[in-house]
Amino acid sequence: MTGSAAQGSPSPPAVPEASAAFGGHAPGVREGGESLAGFLRGLPGVDQTGLESRAAALATRSVKAGSKIRALELAISMVDLTTLEGSDTPGKVRALCAKAMLPDAADPAVGPVAAVCVYPDRVSLAKAELSGSPVLVAAVATAFPSGRSQLAVKLADVEAAVTAGADEVDMVIDRAAFLAGEYAHVLFEIGEVKKACGGAHLKVILETGELATYDNVKRASWIAMLGGADFIKTSTGKVAPASTLPVALVMMEAVREYHRETGRLVGVKVAGGIRTAKDAIRYLVLVNETLPAQWMDRSLFRFGASSLLNDLLIQRYKQTHGAYGGPDDFSLE
Amino acid sequence: MGSKPTSSGNGRLSVAKTRKLYIDGAFVRSESGRSFVETGPGGVAVNVAWASRKDVRDAVSAARRRLPAWSALTAYNRGQILYRLAEMIESRSGEFAELVLAQEGCGEAAARAEVEAAVDRWVWYAGWTDKIGHLAASVNPVAGPYFNFSLPEPTGVVAVFAPASLLGITSVLAPVMAAGNVAVMVAGERGSLVAASLAEAVATSDFPAGSVNILTGRQPELAGTVSTHRGIDGLDLSGLLPELRAEAESGAAGSVKRVFSEGAPDWTGLPGVSRVLSFVEVKTVWHPIGI
Amino acid sequence: MTSASNDRAAGNAPLAIEYAPAPESKAVVNIRERYQLFIDGSFVPPLQGGYFPTINPATEEPLAEVALAGEDDVDRAVGAARRAFDEVWSPMPGRERAKYIFRIARIIQERARELAVLESIDNGKPIRESRDVDVPLAAAYFFYYAGWADKLEYVRPGPVPGPIGVAGQVIPWNFPLLMAAWKLAPALAAGNTCVLKPAETTPLSALLLAEIFQQAELPPGVANIVTGAGATGAALVAHPGVGKVAFTGSTEVGKQIQGELAGSGKRLTLELGGKAANIIFDDAPIEQAIEGIVNGIYFNQGHVCCAGSRLLVQESIADEVVERLRRRLATLRLGDPLDKNTDIGAINSAAQLEKIRRLSKTGEAEGGISWSSGCALPERGYWFPPTVFTKVEPAHTIAREEIFGPVLSVMTFRTPEEAVQRANNTVYGLSAGVWTEKGSRILWMAERLRAGVVWANTYNRFDPASPFGGFKESGFGREGGRHGLEAYLER
Repeated sequence: MTGSAAQGSPSPPAVPEASAAFGGHAPGVREGGESLAGFLRGLPGVDQTGLESRAAALATRSVKAGSKIRALELAISMVDLTTLEGSDTPGKVRALCAKAMLPDAADPAVGPVAAVCVYPDRVSLAKAELSGSPVLVAAVATAFPSGRSQLAVKLADVEAAVTAGADEVDMVIDRAAFLAGEYAHVLFEIGEVKKACGGAHLKVILETGELATYDNVKRASWIAMLGGADFIKTSTGKVAPASTLPVALVMMEAVREYHRETGRLVGVKVAGGIRTAKDAIRYLVLVNETLPAQWMDRSLFRFGASSLLNDLLIQRYKQTHGAYGGPDDFSLE
Repeated sequence: MGSKPTSSGNGRLSVAKTRKLYIDGAFVRSESGRSFVETGPGGVAVNVAWASRKDVRDAVSAARRRLPAWSALTAYNRGQILYRLAEMIESRSGEFAELVLAQEGCGEAAARAEVEAAVDRWVWYAGWTDKIGHLAASVNPVAGPYFNFSLPEPTGVVAVFAPASLLGITSVLAPVMAAGNVAVMVAGERGSLVAASLAEAVATSDFPAGSVNILTGRQPELAGTVSTHRGIDGLDLSGLLPELRAEAESGAAGSVKRVFSEGAPDWTGLPGVSRVLSFVEVKTVWHPIGI
Repeated sequence: MTSASNDRAAGNAPLAIEYAPAPESKAVVNIRERYQLFIDGSFVPPLQGGYFPTINPATEEPLAEVALAGEDDVDRAVGAARRAFDEVWSPMPGRERAKYIFRIARIIQERARELAVLESIDNGKPIRESRDVDVPLAAAYFFYYAGWADKLEYVRPGPVPGPIGVAGQVIPWNFPLLMAAWKLAPALAAGNTCVLKPAETTPLSALLLAEIFQQAELPPGVANIVTGAGATGAALVAHPGVGKVAFTGSTEVGKQIQGELAGSGKRLTLELGGKAANIIFDDAPIEQAIEGIVNGIYFNQGHVCCAGSRLLVQESIADEVVERLRRRLATLRLGDPLDKNTDIGAINSAAQLEKIRRLSKTGEAEGGISWSSGCALPERGYWFPPTVFTKVEPAHTIAREEIFGPVLSVMTFRTPEEAVQRANNTVYGLSAGVWTEKGSRILWMAERLRAGVVWANTYNRFDPASPFGGFKESGFGREGGRHGLEAYLER
């Protein structure tokens, strides 16, 4: 496999094989671990300078007028409105859910957002608050954000969230295992979590800020997709740097190549540090230039954010009213 | 020229300037709360902040924090920043000429000429940032299938003792910055007003906070602290009182600092590139050649 | 419901972002009806009184009339340059010359948008490139060489070299302002005075640069600009008062100039054509290599002497590379050069468009398979879509002749030796690209490629500190860096 997979993208038979061999139930199978590592190392490298200049060039794309309104509304529909604090009281979660369903009380045409993202113990509350609305509930699980716990604990975390009604589970990969080269272990864990999710969609957080290199981001993206991820997600938001345009570009390219090889559509979620409409539109431009048209939809692209939503609303107000909205024109949550 | 800071002819009381230390991009009084008196324009007494060894410590910490970002800037970018400082000094040339006149006791024409020379010298060094590689780098024809090249990189945090004149201060500070180092400058008894005003020009140029730190104080008190500080990588002793140099050089040995020391320099002539080359480290890279 | 959710609800195809036209404002630049020659610090009409039009290649509309310099005008300009050389510029201390050139760099930075818009209107190149590449680099070249003006004793060991005298400089239309900067900045820094002839189809940015010289109070006669066509250039090159000739343009004209100058004792540098190989190994960082191929040949509509016009791909990944390249080309946006989202602008002139079309037809006739991205071409103006030729063999015309347009010829190789052989099998030797993650192979290739610039895992990078110039019939002499000064200093 290493020979043929070394070039361009993996050869078609390589991927299903890898998927079957490593998506299974046997962690640390020696042979499997070695050939997965060989497969990942055979992926074409990422040149940092070239990648970053491409991302910077795309950031100069200019979206104007009617397209801008549509882009802003699209971005609003893609938001996973997030609160992940130790201080998340029921009141805070209720406020967030209300905002998710009705982002702009003055203009009920806006929204709703894609999902609300909370810790597992707030899922049942969020679910109740959002009942009857199309807004999904996503739960971070697997000992978020560090991922440092026993697998059984992580799986229990996931099961609890799913039992409470979570539509989506945002898991973290074991970055320590990844950096130690235990790729098969990372893959195995993702597979186990996927099973625990049942019907819930699985988003796999790579925590790219800890992976350090773009080559690692690419490899981690492939492991996540081979493990059954429905989405790959940049960051927990708890580690700097969080999402960046070049990191998102690497992940989008991986998703595109995986789709070409397998036909399976995997979504991308960018999270952390995305605070302005301008940032959001830059990510949408990246999607537009890198991925087929299906990805321009919240079923395949998301923003994990909180303060972003109000900036999107302010910028939309500018487009619809011709003047900038003020910070107090929109509810904080 | 020569307007007194205390009052002007029409009976208006002028607003005097407080002279502070410049550390990490901010103007601060000495943590010691001390100041000393200098003679300013018009023979007026001016209080100048009197730095303590803890101020030295703070300045070195700030410089070290800034070092990675400053030395990672492109040489082109650093050159533009040095050039920008020349622009800022030129735009304050009247103020500098008054200070030079007061502190150095030369004539008015000589004071103006010194300010102009200082501006031109910053411009001269601005041009060196992206050319020093032409002097200090090489491709080395080693015998074997290796690509072997040597490159200069900045030494790190360099402490410079300020000479008594604006041109002298420029001639020791500019080469340190042109080579990509960060600086802690210690101005002594003479020239402290010029140094303090230079700090204001630096603050309004594009030098990032912490890249240039300027202290005013007493050399006998601070020389030992500076020369033995293990967070300092290089020393320019040209502006240090001669009787303090030997001790400073031996203090430098404790952490193998690079020392540049010149007897009694004449700052009017072009200084050459020896200072720039003294505060770079040459790195040689070997890389195989093959298919 | 928002429009986005409506689309979803109705099961429509998901929304793609349309980049609405985002044209850069033309209001930042004032284009005059008529432009004069810039001689001895003033704008003066030509002695014979002729003018020629310059047009906007994106619309075919005339922009302005430009003075046609005759032999007598060239003589005036060279005379002014000589006087300025003798009386002002060469005796001036280097640090004062430096400050003039720094001023020019600063004013270019200050008037950047004006220059960029004018350049895109007159040349047809996308504003994204004139704004992000041409103009900032022009300022950078002046800034860099300003710093040399007072450091000539450091250029080389031995006695301090002096300037040559009056430099006659003839530049092409592909990077009008940037080429002017490449020529003028080192010449002026070294203490020469200059007479510059911009290309016939793109004279406007150089004339705006002349205004900047006035604003910088550059002494009269130090830099003169004479506009015209080939005859004006020929008169300049032949003028006995010119001590140094610098030419950037076609190999054909370069050969003529070298022949004409034979025995004259004039110093000469030539930066001529190219047919660069961009070499992709199977272990290349593939996504960035695709970008590098696109940047290598479609940057500035392929009007680049160092364009990576021959793509040499390792046979084992050739199909995949071509497939990825086509997908990428489908996203390129061709159109209004002033639109900030435009990737591919207009071909500079009707004559150049004709040449590109002719060579493309030859390519097809000789067996190459041509593929163009499906982008629509505007009705008016000169346009050619980004085009890729496959099934090209080394013997084919399009693999050997410089097209100077957005046309890429794809060939394959099996081994590094074969890549080198094919890359070097051309009369040109300006540049080459190598894409591989293996450092030692980059150096192995660089050792063997007969080209003046080798880009590894990047392409079309320029910097004032870096020498640029060709091997073989791509010319001689280097522009940029310390080497770039040598051409303007006594030996």
